[in-house]
Amino acid sequence: MAFYFVQFLTGLASAASLFLVASGLSIIFGVTRIVNFAHGAFYMLGAYVAFTLTERFSGALGFWAGIVVASLVVAAVGVLVEMVLLRRIYHAPELFQLLATFGLTLMVQDLVVMIWGPNDLLGRRAPGFRGAVEFFGQNIPTYDLFLIALSPIVLGLLWLLFQRTRWGVLVRAATQDRDMVAALGVNQKWLFTSVFALGVFLAALGGALQIPRDAVHHALDLRIIVDVFVVVVIGGLGSIIGAFVAAVLVSELNAFGILIFPKISIILVFLVMAVVLIVRPWGLFGKQEAPARRTPGLTVNPWRPLSQGERLAAWAGLAVAAMLPLVGGNYALTVGSEIAIFVIFAASLHFLMSVGGLASFGHAAYFGLGAYGIAFLAKMAGLPMIACLVLGPLLGCLGAAIFGFFAVQLSGVYFAMLTLAFAQIVWSIAFQWVAVTGGDNGILGLWPEKWAAGPASFYWLSLGIAALAVAALRIIVFSPFGYALRATRDSLLRSEAIGIDAKRIQWTAFVIAGTVAGVAGALFAYLKGSVFPDSLGISLSVDALVMVLLGGVETVSGAVIGAIVFKMLSIWLVSQTDLSKLVLGGVIVLMVVAFPKGIVGILETLRNRRRPELPKPALQKSRIESAE
Amino acid sequence: MRRRYLLGAGLAVMVAGMAPSAFAQSGEVKIGEINSYSLLPAFTEPYRKGWQLALEEVNAAGGINGKKLVVVSKDDSGKPADATTAANELVSSEKVVMLTGTFLSNIGLAVSDFANQKKVFFLAAEPLTDAITWSKGNRYTFRLRPSNYMQAAMLVEAAAKLPAKRWATIAPNYEYGQSAVAVFKKLMSEKRPDIQWVDEQWPPQGKIDAGPVVQAIAAANPEAILNVTFGADLVKFVREGNTRGLFKNRAVVSFLTGEPEYLDPLKEETPEGWIVTGYPWYDIKTPEHDKFIKAYQAKFNDYPRLGSIVGYQTIKAAAAILIKANSDDPEKMIAAAEGLSMPSPFGEITFRKIDHQSTLGAFVGKTALKDGKGIMVDSVYRNGKDYLPSDAEVSKMRPKE
Repeated sequence: MAFYFVQFLTGLASAASLFLVASGLSIIFGVTRIVNFAHGAFYMLGAYVAFTLTERFSGALGFWAGIVVASLVVAAVGVLVEMVLLRRIYHAPELFQLLATFGLTLMVQDLVVMIWGPNDLLGRRAPGFRGAVEFFGQNIPTYDLFLIALSPIVLGLLWLLFQRTRWGVLVRAATQDRDMVAALGVNQKWLFTSVFALGVFLAALGGALQIPRDAVHHALDLRIIVDVFVVVVIGGLGSIIGAFVAAVLVSELNAFGILIFPKISIILVFLVMAVVLIVRPWGLFGKQEAPARRTPGLTVNPWRPLSQGERLAAWAGLAVAAMLPLVGGNYALTVGSEIAIFVIFAASLHFLMSVGGLASFGHAAYFGLGAYGIAFLAKMAGLPMIACLVLGPLLGCLGAAIFGFFAVQLSGVYFAMLTLAFAQIVWSIAFQWVAVTGGDNGILGLWPEKWAAGPASFYWLSLGIAALAVAALRIIVFSPFGYALRATRDSLLRSEAIGIDAKRIQWTAFVIAGTVAGVAGALFAYLKGSVFPDSLGISLSVDALVMVLLGGVETVSGAVIGAIVFKMLSIWLVSQTDLSKLVLGGVIVLMVVAFPKGIVGILETLRNRRRPELPKPALQKSRIESAE
Repeated sequence: MRRRYLLGAGLAVMVAGMAPSAFAQSGEVKIGEINSYSLLPAFTEPYRKGWQLALEEVNAAGGINGKKLVVVSKDDSGKPADATTAANELVSSEKVVMLTGTFLSNIGLAVSDFANQKKVFFLAAEPLTDAITWSKGNRYTFRLRPSNYMQAAMLVEAAAKLPAKRWATIAPNYEYGQSAVAVFKKLMSEKRPDIQWVDEQWPPQGKIDAGPVVQAIAAANPEAILNVTFGADLVKFVREGNTRGLFKNRAVVSFLTGEPEYLDPLKEETPEGWIVTGYPWYDIKTPEHDKFIKAYQAKFNDYPRLGSIVGYQTIKAAAAILIKANSDDPEKMIAAAEGLSMPSPFGEITFRKIDHQSTLGAFVGKTALKDGKGIMVDSVYRNGKDYLPSDAEVSKMRPKE
């Protein structure tokens, strides 16, 4: 009995660390609607700065002051980031801020190694909380008790701050309806900055408080960021109580889950999130989001099919690309094939995101399923390559049909997070089911057959399929189905009022996107000759998001350019420097500031400006400007 | 719209940057090297220093039969797909005659499969998985470091002498951890049929929630624990274990923990008396190792980690193979490498003909605490050749060519 009680307390201590970080993320999202990918980076910075300060100033005072000062220092960094970077892009399309914070995260990962060195650092134990107290033969670390006590205190303080101060009232009002708060004359700039500072402070505090029990190292951010997102979503976005309850729920399920299934940790949080979201679409304590006032359909330049001249230009571009084998060597051709494959992948996500208005955080699942589809068909059934290429993506299609059915019941960030949960579940199956998938050692020996084995033939194959896929997706955009899909994106209510079955349309779009992603994955398997669970992983899903956002989410096929630029840049940088993350992150941040509509979005704006005779839609002039 | 036009233009610009470079200038022999420099700097920085030292020594001694040895090094950012891209660049653009390196097992396997497909010689440096020389072995791939199986066999030899009968295991939940536990259990149960396995814990790699895991192991009340976690997971596990008294009166057998990469971060928290494999550089008194460590410290003003040894010996081995083959034909390199013996800082090693595994061994000893730092004591070098299964078993596991 004593054991179960102690295990319960241990779970509470884990929950405390998770809650501190999650509460900050929840506050930031609630008010600013920023999906702050850099939250883990601030957590890690908190740990590193606290490590330096507590090493420098010894003694009890030095330690505790070091923790607090470190959190304040990092919060100051957060303020700087918000004022210099994020303020510039509050007007950008939804999720664009994700791209900026993603760039920052990449940079921080390399920066901490440059500043603090590559080795894992061991921080001091907390003075006064070094040992354990005995409880019926079980040891409970006193530091755990400290954390258990701390998190309700923080929760209480936050509650007081939000309920009893004018600032708190404004924050709650902004969480509910920020346009209205702006309309009432509240200075949103400083409200956003202060909220961001508080969120970052909590993240850094969470990191700093880990140093007595963890090692400080450069992968801390990735270790926590996804789990924290999941906790925030389970609790309901913007709800502090929700974050607290979710942190306790997840940690306790883990603490007791490993007693029965020792391998459960790897997937537990995602299983919980999937179940919660299916049962309660806005998390445990969340409320339905107020309908967004600014939908993409109002701000974009109206879409239209290619004109005759542009169509010719596209053909010419394709012809030029097809001539690469005449000038490029084997390496250039393989890189070209890889880029073509990622064009397909990015275009499929772009279709879902900009045409359907459904941002998926787990699109790699269908890419990876396509790749594994090939692996099963080629290695186990021994089918020829053509048959594999046709049938392999069907696994992606099947996965999209199943998961899409549940996902399209939700919207916004909840949709995104449910897709992430499904992707992680698929990933962990590929990772764990060693007998079938080979686990993380993957499936090897999937090389193309003779007719496609040469780099030039494989390049032509990939390029051809990429051209077909992009063209097909464009045709769908301008088909009646495409119009219906755009209607559901722009106004769910109005589209349903005219008799469009929104969920079925969205589900169909999800399946189309998943199948096309599966095609990309299938080609990718043949390009690399092997399949690993990586191809289902979060980092690939994030890469796809980055490509779409970089290209411009409000364009018809911006992802094509986004994929080419991002993939070329990252392949080139990885090959040229060990600091590829720093440079890539820096370039992304610069691009975000320079092209707040994405590369293609900016090009289109410029072109439209040069052609003033085009009548502008009236709606565009009456854009509601928030954050000012 | 001009998207595809841009696509073409983009590719054309790229071609300008990647047009096949001229053939390697005469007087040079290029080898390609791939490792996870950005993902695992703690291990790969000392590794890089090691191979840089070896490269300097090889060229000072006359290079490859009079030609200068050049190493072209690439980062794989910890992803198998990126590693394949890098391998392709090295082979197609840089025209290297041999691939070396890699740390993670899945990356080692991806590159080994690439080497097999493209018929390129590949000398895997670090990956520990048994598959790379056995179940997924191929004719073009050789491996330097003692495999999972070999390290498990070395530890079992020491562990079987312990009186403990109730064992628990903790390992990161991926192929390395799974196969380390599986081999250890199999070999141990063969030697000691009286052993009971009372608990197993599988925290996700890099994401251990140490408190509940330690508590769960303690609840099973084992007499001994097998640990396979390393890096930051190990630090958390050890800290929680120390606070909660998990290691009191329990024997612990642990993979890799004696390597400076993993032992040094533990500082004053180093648990004493664990049976570990590792690299006690401060305690090795052989002329070969003295020579290595003097040169290393003179060049870098730092002490070597195990990665330094691996990097150093990888390039030394590559040079020895190239000198003997005296050709860039992979078939001749394979013929030269099979059965080739060479000196190393740990004594003579041989690349076995039967499975292309080197006989490089490891040190087995016990952890201890000295001046607030973790060290290995009572260390003995275990020669890899004594810890491999019989030839009949090996050829059964390796696919037929």
